[in-house]
Amino acid sequence: MILSELQLALPEIFVATMACVVLVADLFVTEQRRGFTHTLAVLALVFAAIITLRVMMPVGESLLAFSETFVRDRFGDVLKLFAYLVLAGVFVYAKHFLRAAGLFRGEFYSLSLFALLGVMIMVSAASMLTLYLGLELLALSSYALVALNRDSASGSEAAMKYFILGSLASGILLYGISLIYGATGSIQLGQISDALAAGMSDNLMLSFGLAFMVVGIAFKLGAVPFHMWLPDVYQGAPAAVTLLISSLPKLGYLALAIRLLADGMGNMHDDWQAMLAVLAALSLILGNVVAIAQTNIKRMLAYSTISHVGFVLLGILAASPAGYSAAMFYTIVYSMMSAGAFAVIILLSGNGVEAENLDDFKGLAKRSPWYALMMLMIMFSLAGIPVFVGFFAKWQVIAAAIQSGFVGLSVLAVVTAVIGAFYYLRVVKLMYFDEPDNAAPVTAPIDFRAVLSVNGLAMLGLGVFSGGLIGVCVRAFA
Amino acid sequence: MSAMNWPILSLIVWLPIVTGVAILFLSESRAAMGKALALAAAVAALVLTLLAVAGFDMTTAAMQFQEKTPWIEAFSINYHLGVDGLSLPLIALTALTTVIVVIAGWTIKDRVSQYMGAFLILSGLMSGMFAALDAMLFYVFFEAMLVPMFLIIGIWGGPNRIFATIKFFLFTFFGSVFMLVGLIWLYLQSGSFAVADLHQLPLSLTAQIWIFLAFLIAFAVKVPMWPVHTWLPDAHVEAPTGGSVVLAAVMLKIGGYGLVRFSLPIAPDGAAALDWLVIGLSLVAIVYIGFVALAQRDMKRLIAYSSISHMGFATLGLFLTFAIVQNTGQTDGAVLGISGAMVQMISHGFISGAMFLAGGVLYDRVHSREISAYGGVANTMPWFAMFAVLFFMANSGLPGTSGFVGEFMVILAAFKADFWFAFFAAMTLILGASYSLWLVKRVFYGEVANDNVAGLSDLDGREWTVMVVLAILVLALGLWPYPLIEMIEPSVANLVDHITNTKINP
Repeated sequence: MILSELQLALPEIFVATMACVVLVADLFVTEQRRGFTHTLAVLALVFAAIITLRVMMPVGESLLAFSETFVRDRFGDVLKLFAYLVLAGVFVYAKHFLRAAGLFRGEFYSLSLFALLGVMIMVSAASMLTLYLGLELLALSSYALVALNRDSASGSEAAMKYFILGSLASGILLYGISLIYGATGSIQLGQISDALAAGMSDNLMLSFGLAFMVVGIAFKLGAVPFHMWLPDVYQGAPAAVTLLISSLPKLGYLALAIRLLADGMGNMHDDWQAMLAVLAALSLILGNVVAIAQTNIKRMLAYSTISHVGFVLLGILAASPAGYSAAMFYTIVYSMMSAGAFAVIILLSGNGVEAENLDDFKGLAKRSPWYALMMLMIMFSLAGIPVFVGFFAKWQVIAAAIQSGFVGLSVLAVVTAVIGAFYYLRVVKLMYFDEPDNAAPVTAPIDFRAVLSVNGLAMLGLGVFSGGLIGVCVRAFA
Repeated sequence: MSAMNWPILSLIVWLPIVTGVAILFLSESRAAMGKALALAAAVAALVLTLLAVAGFDMTTAAMQFQEKTPWIEAFSINYHLGVDGLSLPLIALTALTTVIVVIAGWTIKDRVSQYMGAFLILSGLMSGMFAALDAMLFYVFFEAMLVPMFLIIGIWGGPNRIFATIKFFLFTFFGSVFMLVGLIWLYLQSGSFAVADLHQLPLSLTAQIWIFLAFLIAFAVKVPMWPVHTWLPDAHVEAPTGGSVVLAAVMLKIGGYGLVRFSLPIAPDGAAALDWLVIGLSLVAIVYIGFVALAQRDMKRLIAYSSISHMGFATLGLFLTFAIVQNTGQTDGAVLGISGAMVQMISHGFISGAMFLAGGVLYDRVHSREISAYGGVANTMPWFAMFAVLFFMANSGLPGTSGFVGEFMVILAAFKADFWFAFFAAMTLILGASYSLWLVKRVFYGEVANDNVAGLSDLDGREWTVMVVLAILVLALGLWPYPLIEMIEPSVANLVDHITNTKINP
């Protein structure tokens, strides 16, 4: 059976339609019935998953469409499925917070769906133009989401910073793209790859283009020294939005990096490996060390993100299928861990006041043993302690890096992971070893509790039975 | 092999873990049920272990009761368990210690079920680590056990528990990440994480030295060897009694076991090249830490330093091999040394556990660990004094107790390696006796020192049970060590045979 081009892009078309439907439908929903918008958005994700699953690409095959600007392959399909999953979790977590904070509006859902669409387009991009299109769609939705609470000064400041630095990054990336186009004569990733394989004369232009592209990617991922926006945005945005931008876009940025560097510029891997190595090393060191000094948990998790970006880069720079699949596994797992951690922050926030300070976690084990246990598993998973899934993510990345000869960098990575363990342990310490400041029981709606429990237990379950997801990621690059 | 076809090792590992997880969720009002369940699971695991011992074939060095199922197929990692003469005694020690700790923790008041659950999970993880025949599985168990121990010290520990537990966690975690890098490198060379494959993998001398050092950091922290021992006194002092017992009796053995299972057979030439380093560190531990123990005023701290000093014997015994084979051209002495080290580890498990329990008995009554807070305890607690004196005597290596056997074997082996090794090792007989007996004198003998001591009541039934069991084991192993040595020896002989042949690629 030959799938028509439109059919290949059916998930994207569906999500785009649903984003518009949600936008319009919400206009007819009263404040009290806003739950309808929420349900509609979650249903959209469920059906998007069904549509994607129905025509999963077989392992090792890929189909190009729309004048070779769009690609459908196993890697993309798997990433998209996890993007739906993560966003569905985010919706459930966010509803609780948005209600309490008086931000429960339809825009959150339509903007989030547009952000998802951006991620999906990036994931399926076969040309640099498509990539850029997806990136901007994601970025613009994110800027607006950060400013969701327009009366909050810190939120507006964060949105402004995010917008200016994000635009700068997009500009730099675009400049890199134009240089590569100038040197190779194409924006189609496959053709760029062919042109590079055929041997290019204008090496200077290519190197410049590559450097600009790597800087653009590093900006988006938040790799040191292009990380400055990240802690401020994480802290300034409402917790529900931080939850979103700390999880979903990472899947898209991973695709951005792999599509551009591996698919497009694979032949120049010597050049970008060296650049990524520096970025990874700096991110690992700075992220882990500076996180220790934080007293605001959103900021702490922001620096923790930076250190995890270091690990993802370590996987990518291995420049081998093992490395890409390790980075993919890491990103998927990371987005779940991050979503879970921010969910617990939301859980502890009440009456519109965010539980931003580490001290808000004091004695959680006494107030709510179950959620303390979930947070404990998420923290140990982030720290990379077996048998939690975060360990298997780190381990695969290190294995891939060592295989490609980056032994020194791998040793650095594990040493910084030990430093990083300290601040995750501190959260556990606050929850389990300290007495609570207030004894108010922790309450949340049933759907929130169910999803958080599944999220926390997944840290353990995916770890004990890690073979399954590892296999999925490895086959994505077969 | 026996007719036992059911997965006995998996049961030994998972029964405590599953029960432990279930107990975690019992509420405070169900504490009695939690304790009963914990005791039942611990005893069941011990019975299973004894069945395994009974069915164990002592004549072979081969792995027994093997179980193998694919775990992470993309990296050919298997859930592979099996035991030989090196690991089975340690699993038995783990199972026994768990029962003792559960009984000893009967009087805990705060979050009882969670306390019991944490110990059961810890116990299962430790047994799993000893039984793991896949390096990745080993590493997972090895690291995972940090989590329950971290919580045990942090929640039920003493006043300075948070510092102690974070230090404990970070020290051990720091050590083990280098092993992880080493294991991954070995996997990339051999394409397998199976311990048996790694044993056979030929490696250049440089590679072996690097691998050896990476493993040494991990295991040296666990043993602990001087100078990475500093976490141990802190952890011991702050841990609740049960935590101290598990730490001393089982967790310290993990380092020694790791050296035997990984360092020596995977990098024998690296070990031979660097044996001076380990021997030197072991002798420093035996002599210097012995002196440090002498200067302690806190009972638990003294026992902790004594543990470091005694584990120095174990590491010394393991690494005498190369010098002995070089000197005598025979492997008999080397087998003696390694067997001695293994016996020392088991015996130290009983004795140190017993000493920490004795310390706990006093702490429960007086709430002080200071030696100076006591004096003349024998007057008010004669039965307890009898047991305690026996354990401290055993700790100083009194013939007839288990403490003597291992030390004697190692010193005997040391003579075959180098006179001065033996000389310094034998110093422990003086030092060990000094700090042990001086403690006994200050705490138990003399006049009744104060009202606290005057008001002490002797052991209750629960404490009696624990003390009697440990006393019997200490004496039994001291008077008749043959069954244990018989169980260990084929595996040790096989190991010595393996490590005295070079693995350097021709």
